[in-house]
Amino acid sequence: MTSSRTDPLPRARTTGPPGAAGEEPAEDGQGGAAATEVSGGARGPGPRVRRRHRWDARFSPYAFIAPFFLFFAAFGLFPLLYTGWASLHRVSLHDPTHMEWVGLHNFSRLLEDDFFWNALRNTLTIGVLSTVPQLLMALGLAHLLNYKLRGSTFFRVAMLTPYATSVAAATLVFAMLFGRDYGMVNWGLGLIGIDHVDWENGTWTSQLAVSSIVIWRWTGYNALIYLAAMQAVPHDLYESAALDGASRWQQFLHVTVPSLRPTILFTVVVSTIGATQLFGEPLLFGGSQTGGGSHQYQTLGLYLYEQGWFNFQLGRASAIAWAMFLLLIVVGLANWLIARRLNKTH
Amino acid sequence: MSHTTTPRRARGAGRHLHAGKFTYAVLLLFTVGSLFPLVWTAVAASRNNQRLAETPPPFWFGGDLFANLTTAWSDANMGKALFNTVFVAGTIALTTVVFATLAGYAFAKLRFRAKNALLLLVIGTMMVPPQLSVVPLFMAVAELEWTNQLQAVILPMMVNAFGVFFMRQYLVSALPTELIEAARVDGAHSLRIVWHVVFPVARPAMAVLGMLTFVLAWNEFFWPIIALTQDNPTVQVALTGLGQGYIPDESVIMAGALLGTLPLLVVFLLFGKQIVGGVMQGAVKG
Repeated sequence: MTSSRTDPLPRARTTGPPGAAGEEPAEDGQGGAAATEVSGGARGPGPRVRRRHRWDARFSPYAFIAPFFLFFAAFGLFPLLYTGWASLHRVSLHDPTHMEWVGLHNFSRLLEDDFFWNALRNTLTIGVLSTVPQLLMALGLAHLLNYKLRGSTFFRVAMLTPYATSVAAATLVFAMLFGRDYGMVNWGLGLIGIDHVDWENGTWTSQLAVSSIVIWRWTGYNALIYLAAMQAVPHDLYESAALDGASRWQQFLHVTVPSLRPTILFTVVVSTIGATQLFGEPLLFGGSQTGGGSHQYQTLGLYLYEQGWFNFQLGRASAIAWAMFLLLIVVGLANWLIARRLNKTH
Repeated sequence: MSHTTTPRRARGAGRHLHAGKFTYAVLLLFTVGSLFPLVWTAVAASRNNQRLAETPPPFWFGGDLFANLTTAWSDANMGKALFNTVFVAGTIALTTVVFATLAGYAFAKLRFRAKNALLLLVIGTMMVPPQLSVVPLFMAVAELEWTNQLQAVILPMMVNAFGVFFMRQYLVSALPTELIEAARVDGAHSLRIVWHVVFPVARPAMAVLGMLTFVLAWNEFFWPIIALTQDNPTVQVALTGLGQGYIPDESVIMAGALLGTLPLLVVFLLFGKQIVGGVMQGAVKG
């Protein structure tokens, strides 16, 4: 058995590299190990067992990844495409199986729809208001958490706690804190002589309040991700920077931040995806699908919900969903271009 | 390492520096900011509506907690919501962990055609927002008459791409390839290898992924509020009912929010360290 045990490795190595250019080794690799194993143990199992083993080795990887892809096909890919199909139809919520072809009407209608543009604008402004301060604070926090700390576990767990709080619970609490007459925030502002702010009814104030919920829930999470990346930065980099006389702030700026660039890009992508889909916070902040009396904080996700489930227009809702998808792709491309520019300048 | 402890280190060589008072002060500030809304939820849940409509707002607990919790439990259907959510999130966590471990193992240790392309596809699926599937899912649920049934919210969430990626990253380094080969040489077929070699090695990561998935599934919002109603809600659906004026009593709303959050806070209290480790681990190698 020892011979057969050591055998597969050199064999795999010799078959591996030459074929590495093409597709063959991918198919062969696992099968290769099985084949050598079979040749080594040829005295033991009979040919049927051997064949079964080879089949097993070749096809089991597909069996292992199959559940994920089957579920994704059924509940991700198919709905994605079908949403595109539905967006070309008039579909009523009350009779969703009856679809009437309208071509691109739902999309052309969106282009003339003030509420759509309003929702798009709100999504972008709330996205910026929530993402930028969130990631900047997370970066600073991670830097602080990276020091030698007493009770570092306590700080980390405490800052991740908002992440465990649901959108619904967090938003209900924040809606109270931002209340006009008895809210804690206005009471605090009153202490320093600022008059009551009508958070929910103003455009900027409501968007700030909604953004603050996002910031509260995600800053700690992102800080931990940055912290993990900071701990992987080679220590020598800091030492040589210190030897060159770099201050702590300069080290942060010239060692930490450049080393974190891939992680920062990752969090920017994830946060912008989240911001594009923002839904629960604006829905529950005022408790209505319109996102405020004059739609002042209605996001695209919320507008989709209003069109589909309050105006009963599933076709239009599908068109909005695809508009969101396109927006995501544009934002993703923008992120990628910016990242490439940054890489070039360094 | 010894040279890092020479006085030069005092100029600031990264993480080996001890935190100063300023660092602690800022961290404490953020800790208070992170925990205050949760503590205040409990404070508001323990007061009555008149007290909440006074200035200054209450800062300490009152005596109405039990009454408000009882009202939320019965009127907002929180009892049923909690039971449903434990079932839904538990099922989703279990299936996600099993399927993600299988797929993660295949991507980490097995060779097969188009592996890298398929792995990229897995990561790409994370980009697809849930809004793009609600309309067809809603149609399917209407057609199958699954409205208000829990399988409508369980089935679409039984796998997730993050889990596959997470398990792959863990198994790439944690599972020695020789171990699999040795088992294969001994004549073990792949399912036996999964059961006797992969699962035992993967157990710590499976536990972390299970908790992270449980938290995400517990908090899942968009699809459940479409597929379920107040008759058979999850916690988030019940809370949405509260938020949309189902019950106008603010202190009861806060009691509901508290009930819906408390189970997860208990999980965090018990396993916070592991969850923090999981979040950080899932991030590094990305």
